Amino acid sequence: MIVFNNVTKRYKSNIGLDKVSVKINKGDFVFLVGPSGAGKSTFIKLILKEIDADSGSIKVRGNEVTTLSNRQIPKLRRNIGIVFQDFRLLPKKTVYENVAFAMEIIHQPRKLIKKNVPQVLSMVGIAAKADKYPDELSAGEQQRVAIARAIVNKPRILIADEPTGNLDPDTAWEIMQLLNQINMRGTTIVMVTHAKDIVDKMGKRVIAIEKGRIVRDEFGAYGFEEELASMEMSQDTLQSKRTFRSRFKRGGIL
Amino acid sequence: MKSFFYTLKQAFLQIFRNKAMSLASIFAIMAMLLILSIFFILVININTAAQAIQQDYDSIELFLKDGTSEEQAHEIIADFEKEKGVEDVYYKTKADAMADFRTRWGDNAYLLDSLSENPLPDSVVILISDLEQASDLAKDAATYDSVEDVKFYKDTVDKLLKATHFIQIAAVVVMVFLIIVSVVVVTNTIKLTVVNRSNEISIMKYVGATNWFIRGPFLAEGIIIGMISAGISIGLSAVIYKQLIEVLGDQMVSMLSVPMVPVDFLVLNFLWIFLALGISIGACGSIISMRKFLDK
Repeated sequence: MIVFNNVTKRYKSNIGLDKVSVKINKGDFVFLVGPSGAGKSTFIKLILKEIDADSGSIKVRGNEVTTLSNRQIPKLRRNIGIVFQDFRLLPKKTVYENVAFAMEIIHQPRKLIKKNVPQVLSMVGIAAKADKYPDELSAGEQQRVAIARAIVNKPRILIADEPTGNLDPDTAWEIMQLLNQINMRGTTIVMVTHAKDIVDKMGKRVIAIEKGRIVRDEFGAYGFEEELASMEMSQDTLQSKRTFRSRFKRGGIL
Repeated sequence: MKSFFYTLKQAFLQIFRNKAMSLASIFAIMAMLLILSIFFILVININTAAQAIQQDYDSIELFLKDGTSEEQAHEIIADFEKEKGVEDVYYKTKADAMADFRTRWGDNAYLLDSLSENPLPDSVVILISDLEQASDLAKDAATYDSVEDVKFYKDTVDKLLKATHFIQIAAVVVMVFLIIVSVVVVTNTIKLTVVNRSNEISIMKYVGATNWFIRGPFLAEGIIIGMISAGISIGLSAVIYKQLIEVLGDQMVSMLSVPMVPVDFLVLNFLWIFLALGISIGACGSIISMRKFLDK
């Protein structure tokens, strides 16, 4: 589904990814973990061709991404759903409109929109709130809408960038179950996270990145045990999340 | 078709949500087009006048005093036919002169209908083959008793042509400057909408909307702003020009014996030029303002 072959991406002052080779198979559920600035965001941006690799090859669903022209990028992205930590819903649109919007902008027929949006909304469990506006929803509900929006066009790949970062543990776990359910239907999921408990509990494939290199790729736990132990857990995780967030905002598409 | 309406609807929404800035851009483009129209009006009028007069460039017309007989006129003709540098000399009666006026005034010829009698004098027209001789011939002509006035256009035409040339250059310089200013203003207006909607745009990009789909509403916004400005400025220049004709029209006719260019003609010509300018300024502004946002 996603194949990185010897991919290197350097920024002006630091390394994004350094000769990374990895293969994510169809139907995989992969956690991407690692300290802030390790290269997780770079990894995701490369899949979406938000940035260009300096060298190496990236294949998404068998198609080489690195040589895609700007014109072909939209096609690539239509096969990839994306969910963010901060939901990114449009505040002036209702839940229904937020999800329908994703279909409208790729010119889906109205009939199909009317059929698919309610289906997806009930699948993520917020059909009852279709007419509400995002600020009338709880954080967990907002993330469900965001997930609905990400999967309504039936992408083969779903990228989740710290989807539980703004949620309390219970809600986070609910969202994880929803993602698991989506994964069971055949969607490949790549999830960036700092939530050790979730990763440990899910027992899925974990790709650990550090300083631009893949340091571990195995099924099971979050890892980085020594590092976590050496940190003042509560303080530093929070801190790293904050830096991550601000970095993401700065480095996003806009 | 569906996305066309989507684009238009979004564009109007954006203009409406951003009223203040939209108005600012409309005023900027409008001001620019109005200043431009002043130059256009000047250039067009001077060009028409110069052209009309240029036809007489190679001729000297001797207006004869009332009561001058045809025989006296033919004596003058005979004198000048012998001169060097003269191609032809002919007698032009009041009636001929009136007929000439009618053709030159074209649509405005009806104005001449109100005259109870023909006020134009008989005249002798000398066609010149050698322009160097023209001034001397004109001086000679003035010495005849029966000649009331000598009309010789060379100097006037030269001056007019110089003025036209100068005004044309000035118009181009001012136009380029104004267009740049308007593009900058429109760029900033649209950038404001783009920034306002950056969240939406980023989602559109992540879901896989094409750049043109995203750009569409902003492009339409620029074009609509341009069209509105063009419409208003055409209307305003037409009204102002109409007033101007009422005030200055008669003086123009008596000064240069050429009427001012009619309003209809001006509006028809301006319509296309202004619309084209307004639309291109709006479109350029929006494309420039979006360039950065649509890189990837």
